[in-house]
Amino acid sequence: MSTVRLSYPIPSNDFIAAGEASSNVKKILSQIGIPAEKIKKAAIAMYEAEINAVIHAGGGVADVEITAGRVVINIADNGPGIPDLELAMTEGWSTAPDNIREMGFGAGMGLPNMKKYADRLQIKTQVGVGTTVTITVNFA
Amino acid sequence: MKLLDISKLLNARVLTGSNLLDYEVTSACGSDLMSDVMAYVTENVVMLTGLINLQVIRTAEMMDIKAVIFVRGKQPLENMVELAREKNIVIMATSLTMFPACGILYEAGLKGGLGTGR
Repeated sequence: MSTVRLSYPIPSNDFIAAGEASSNVKKILSQIGIPAEKIKKAAIAMYEAEINAVIHAGGGVADVEITAGRVVINIADNGPGIPDLELAMTEGWSTAPDNIREMGFGAGMGLPNMKKYADRLQIKTQVGVGTTVTITVNFA
Repeated sequence: MKLLDISKLLNARVLTGSNLLDYEVTSACGSDLMSDVMAYVTENVVMLTGLINLQVIRTAEMMDIKAVIFVRGKQPLENMVELAREKNIVIMATSLTMFPACGILYEAGLKGGLGTGR
Protein backbone atom coordinates (compact mmCIF):
# COMPACT_ATOMS: atom_id res chain seq x y z
CA MET A 1 0.00 0.00 0.00
CA SER A 2 1.08 3.59 -0.52
CA THR A 3 1.93 5.67 2.51
CA VAL A 4 -1.00 7.57 4.06
CA ARG A 5 -0.11 10.85 5.74
CA LEU A 6 -2.58 12.69 7.95
CA SER A 7 -2.29 15.87 9.96
CA TYR A 8 -4.65 17.30 12.57
CA PRO A 9 -4.55 20.41 14.71
CA ILE A 10 -5.24 19.66 18.38
CA PRO A 11 -7.25 22.59 19.67
CA SER A 12 -6.35 24.26 22.94
CA ASN A 13 -8.47 23.58 26.03
CA ASP A 14 -11.33 22.18 23.96
CA PHE A 15 -12.58 19.18 25.81
CA ILE A 16 -15.39 18.61 23.32
CA ALA A 17 -13.13 18.33 20.28
CA ALA A 18 -10.46 16.33 22.12
CA GLY A 19 -10.25 12.86 20.65
CA GLU A 20 -11.54 13.72 17.19
CA ALA A 21 -8.13 13.16 15.59
CA SER A 22 -7.75 9.76 17.28
CA SER A 23 -11.29 8.85 16.28
CA ASN A 24 -10.54 9.72 12.67
CA VAL A 25 -7.30 7.71 12.63
CA LYS A 26 -9.12 4.74 14.17
CA LYS A 27 -11.70 4.92 11.40
CA ILE A 28 -9.08 5.11 8.65
CA LEU A 29 -7.08 2.18 10.08
CA SER A 30 -10.28 0.18 10.15
CA GLN A 31 -11.08 1.07 6.52
CA ILE A 32 -7.59 -0.05 5.48
CA GLY A 33 -8.27 -3.39 7.14
CA ILE A 34 -5.75 -3.34 10.00
CA PRO A 35 -6.49 -5.98 12.69
CA ALA A 36 -8.80 -4.69 15.45
CA GLU A 37 -6.36 -5.29 18.31
CA LYS A 38 -3.66 -3.24 16.55
CA ILE A 39 -6.13 -0.43 15.89
CA LYS A 40 -7.10 -0.40 19.55
CA LYS A 41 -3.47 -0.08 20.65
CA ALA A 42 -2.86 2.83 18.27
CA ALA A 43 -6.18 4.53 19.09
CA ILE A 44 -5.73 4.41 22.88
CA ALA A 45 -2.10 5.57 22.79
CA MET A 46 -2.92 8.42 20.40
CA TYR A 47 -6.00 9.42 22.37
CA GLU A 48 -4.04 9.65 25.62
CA ALA A 49 -1.39 11.77 23.86
CA GLU A 50 -4.06 13.98 22.35
CA ILE A 51 -5.77 14.47 25.73
CA ASN A 52 -2.39 15.28 27.30
CA ALA A 53 -1.73 17.97 24.68
CA VAL A 54 -5.13 19.51 25.44
CA ILE A 55 -4.75 19.31 29.22
CA HIS A 56 -1.14 20.32 29.66
CA ALA A 57 0.08 22.12 26.59
CA GLY A 58 -2.64 24.29 25.06
CA GLY A 59 -3.08 21.94 22.12
CA GLY A 60 -0.64 20.99 19.40
CA VAL A 61 -0.40 19.08 16.15
CA ALA A 62 -0.86 15.39 15.38
CA ASP A 63 0.94 13.97 12.35
CA VAL A 64 0.22 10.38 11.40
CA GLU A 65 1.98 8.16 8.88
CA ILE A 66 0.46 4.83 7.95
CA THR A 67 2.50 2.34 5.91
CA ALA A 68 1.96 -1.35 5.16
CA GLY A 69 3.78 -2.42 8.31
CA ARG A 70 3.00 0.17 10.95
CA VAL A 71 1.49 3.46 12.02
CA VAL A 72 3.67 6.23 13.42
CA ILE A 73 1.85 8.94 15.37
CA ASN A 74 3.67 12.12 16.20
CA ILE A 75 2.06 14.56 18.65
CA ALA A 76 3.91 17.82 19.14
CA ASP A 77 3.09 20.72 21.42
CA ASN A 78 4.63 24.00 22.49
CA GLY A 79 3.63 23.54 26.11
CA PRO A 80 5.63 23.77 29.33
CA GLY A 81 7.62 20.54 28.79
CA ILE A 82 8.09 17.75 31.34
CA PRO A 83 10.74 18.57 33.99
CA ASP A 84 11.16 15.00 35.24
CA LEU A 85 10.19 12.46 32.60
CA GLU A 86 10.95 9.43 34.77
CA LEU A 87 8.59 10.72 37.44
CA ALA A 88 5.94 11.53 34.82
CA MET A 89 6.08 7.90 33.63
CA THR A 90 5.09 6.68 37.11
CA GLU A 91 1.58 5.24 37.24
CA GLY A 92 -0.69 7.50 39.28
CA TRP A 93 1.62 10.53 39.25
CA SER A 94 -0.17 13.56 37.83
CA THR A 95 0.05 17.33 37.64
CA ALA A 96 -3.42 17.72 36.13
CA PRO A 97 -5.56 20.41 37.77
CA ASP A 98 -8.80 19.58 39.61
CA ASN A 99 -11.04 20.63 36.73
CA ILE A 100 -9.37 17.99 34.54
CA ARG A 101 -9.69 15.30 37.22
CA GLU A 102 -13.38 16.11 37.42
CA MET A 103 -13.56 15.23 33.73
CA GLY A 104 -12.24 11.71 34.45
CA PHE A 105 -8.65 12.33 33.39
CA GLY A 106 -5.50 13.29 35.22
CA ALA A 107 -5.30 9.92 36.98
CA GLY A 108 -1.61 9.74 36.17
CA MET A 109 -2.11 6.97 33.62
CA GLY A 110 -1.68 8.88 30.37
CA LEU A 111 2.03 8.32 29.72
CA PRO A 112 2.03 4.81 31.27
CA ASN A 113 -0.90 3.88 29.01
CA MET A 114 0.95 5.21 25.95
CA LYS A 115 3.96 3.08 26.90
CA LYS A 116 1.73 0.08 27.48
CA TYR A 117 -0.03 0.20 24.11
CA ALA A 118 2.72 1.57 21.83
CA ASP A 119 5.24 -0.89 20.42
CA ARG A 120 7.70 1.98 20.59
CA LEU A 121 7.32 5.26 22.48
CA GLN A 122 9.73 8.15 22.08
CA ILE A 123 9.36 11.33 24.11
CA LYS A 124 11.36 14.46 23.46
CA THR A 125 10.71 17.20 25.95
CA GLN A 126 12.31 20.45 26.99
CA VAL A 127 11.08 22.71 29.77
CA GLY A 128 9.67 25.93 28.36
CA VAL A 129 9.84 24.66 24.77
CA GLY A 130 7.43 21.75 24.46
CA THR A 131 7.01 18.02 24.14
CA THR A 132 6.90 15.66 21.17
CA VAL A 133 5.55 12.17 21.65
CA THR A 134 6.09 9.58 18.92
CA ILE A 135 4.00 6.41 19.11
CA THR A 136 4.70 3.47 16.81
CA VAL A 137 2.37 0.51 16.50
CA ASN A 138 3.45 -2.37 14.26
CA PHE A 139 0.75 -4.24 12.37
CA ALA A 140 2.52 -7.59 12.26
CA MET B 1 -24.87 -11.99 29.03
CA LYS B 2 -26.89 -10.00 26.52
CA LEU B 3 -27.13 -6.22 26.85
CA LEU B 4 -30.90 -6.70 26.97
CA ASP B 5 -30.54 -8.80 30.14
CA ILE B 6 -28.35 -6.09 31.67
CA SER B 7 -30.94 -3.41 30.95
CA LYS B 8 -33.59 -5.54 32.68
CA LEU B 9 -31.42 -6.41 35.70
CA LEU B 10 -30.58 -2.75 36.29
CA ASN B 11 -34.04 -1.49 35.39
CA ALA B 12 -32.19 0.79 32.98
CA ARG B 13 -33.58 2.98 30.25
CA VAL B 14 -31.93 2.44 26.89
CA LEU B 15 -31.20 5.88 25.42
CA THR B 16 -29.61 4.75 22.19
CA GLY B 17 -28.70 1.47 20.53
CA SER B 18 -31.92 -0.41 21.28
CA ASN B 19 -31.27 -2.40 18.08
CA LEU B 20 -27.93 -3.65 19.50
CA LEU B 21 -29.20 -5.28 22.69
CA ASP B 22 -28.55 -8.82 21.45
CA TYR B 23 -24.83 -8.19 21.81
CA GLU B 24 -23.14 -10.55 24.30
CA VAL B 25 -20.71 -9.19 26.88
CA THR B 26 -18.58 -11.18 29.27
CA SER B 27 -17.29 -8.58 31.71
CA ALA B 28 -17.88 -5.14 33.16
CA CYS B 29 -15.94 -2.31 34.71
CA GLY B 30 -17.16 0.47 36.98
CA SER B 31 -15.07 3.63 37.02
CA ASP B 32 -15.24 7.40 36.87
CA LEU B 33 -11.59 7.55 35.77
CA MET B 34 -11.29 7.11 32.03
CA SER B 35 -7.51 6.61 32.09
CA ASP B 36 -7.99 3.69 34.47
CA VAL B 37 -10.55 2.23 32.09
CA MET B 38 -8.03 2.54 29.27
CA ALA B 39 -5.33 0.86 31.33
CA TYR B 40 -7.13 -2.37 32.04
CA VAL B 41 -10.33 -3.06 30.16
CA THR B 42 -10.51 -6.34 28.27
CA GLU B 43 -12.80 -7.51 25.46
CA ASN B 44 -16.62 -7.58 25.32
CA VAL B 45 -17.05 -5.15 28.15
CA VAL B 46 -19.74 -2.84 29.45
CA MET B 47 -18.66 0.24 31.37
CA LEU B 48 -20.58 1.64 34.32
CA THR B 49 -19.86 5.24 35.20
CA GLY B 50 -21.32 8.30 36.87
CA LEU B 51 -19.15 10.64 34.84
CA ILE B 52 -20.91 12.92 32.36
CA ASN B 53 -18.87 14.36 29.53
CA LEU B 54 -18.21 13.59 25.89
CA GLN B 55 -14.86 11.92 26.65
CA VAL B 56 -16.70 9.02 28.30
CA ILE B 57 -18.08 8.11 24.87
CA ARG B 58 -14.72 8.79 23.20
CA THR B 59 -13.07 6.43 25.70
CA ALA B 60 -15.67 3.75 24.96
CA GLU B 61 -15.05 4.26 21.25
CA MET B 62 -11.26 3.86 21.56
CA MET B 63 -11.67 0.77 23.76
CA ASP B 64 -14.34 -0.87 21.58
CA ILE B 65 -16.62 -0.88 24.62
CA LYS B 66 -20.08 -1.93 23.47
CA ALA B 67 -22.24 -0.25 26.08
CA VAL B 68 -22.02 2.53 28.65
CA ILE B 69 -24.35 2.47 31.64
CA PHE B 70 -24.79 5.70 33.55
CA VAL B 71 -25.48 5.13 37.23
CA ARG B 72 -26.84 7.30 40.08
CA GLY B 73 -29.63 8.63 37.85
CA LYS B 74 -27.15 10.61 35.75
CA GLN B 75 -28.42 11.63 32.33
CA PRO B 76 -25.94 11.85 29.47
CA LEU B 77 -25.79 15.04 27.43
CA GLU B 78 -27.35 15.17 23.98
CA ASN B 79 -23.93 15.33 22.26
CA MET B 80 -22.92 12.16 24.13
CA VAL B 81 -26.00 10.30 22.93
CA GLU B 82 -25.41 11.54 19.37
CA LEU B 83 -21.78 10.39 19.34
CA ALA B 84 -22.72 7.02 20.82
CA ARG B 85 -25.38 6.57 18.14
CA GLU B 86 -22.84 7.39 15.45
CA LYS B 87 -20.34 4.89 16.88
CA ASN B 88 -22.86 2.11 17.56
CA ILE B 89 -22.39 2.26 21.31
CA VAL B 90 -25.39 1.43 23.49
CA ILE B 91 -26.22 3.93 26.23
CA MET B 92 -28.34 3.05 29.25
CA ALA B 93 -29.21 4.96 32.40
CA THR B 94 -30.18 3.51 35.76
CA SER B 95 -31.13 5.16 39.03
CA LEU B 96 -29.03 2.59 40.93
CA THR B 97 -25.77 3.78 42.45
CA MET B 98 -22.47 2.27 41.31
CA PHE B 99 -22.03 -0.39 44.01
CA PRO B 100 -25.43 -2.10 43.77
CA ALA B 101 -25.43 -1.81 39.98
CA CYS B 102 -22.06 -3.59 39.80
CA GLY B 103 -23.16 -6.08 42.48
CA ILE B 104 -26.29 -7.07 40.60
CA LEU B 105 -24.33 -7.71 37.42
CA TYR B 106 -21.59 -9.61 39.25
CA GLU B 107 -24.13 -11.80 41.00
CA ALA B 108 -25.78 -12.48 37.66
CA GLY B 109 -22.50 -13.85 36.33
CA LEU B 110 -20.71 -10.88 34.79
CA LYS B 111 -17.12 -10.68 35.95
CA GLY B 112 -14.59 -7.90 36.34
CA GLY B 113 -13.23 -6.04 33.35
CA LEU B 114 -10.41 -4.31 35.17
CA GLY B 115 -7.00 -5.87 35.69
CA THR B 116 -6.94 -9.63 35.80
CA GLY B 117 -10.43 -9.50 37.40
CA ARG B 118 -12.11 -12.82 37.96
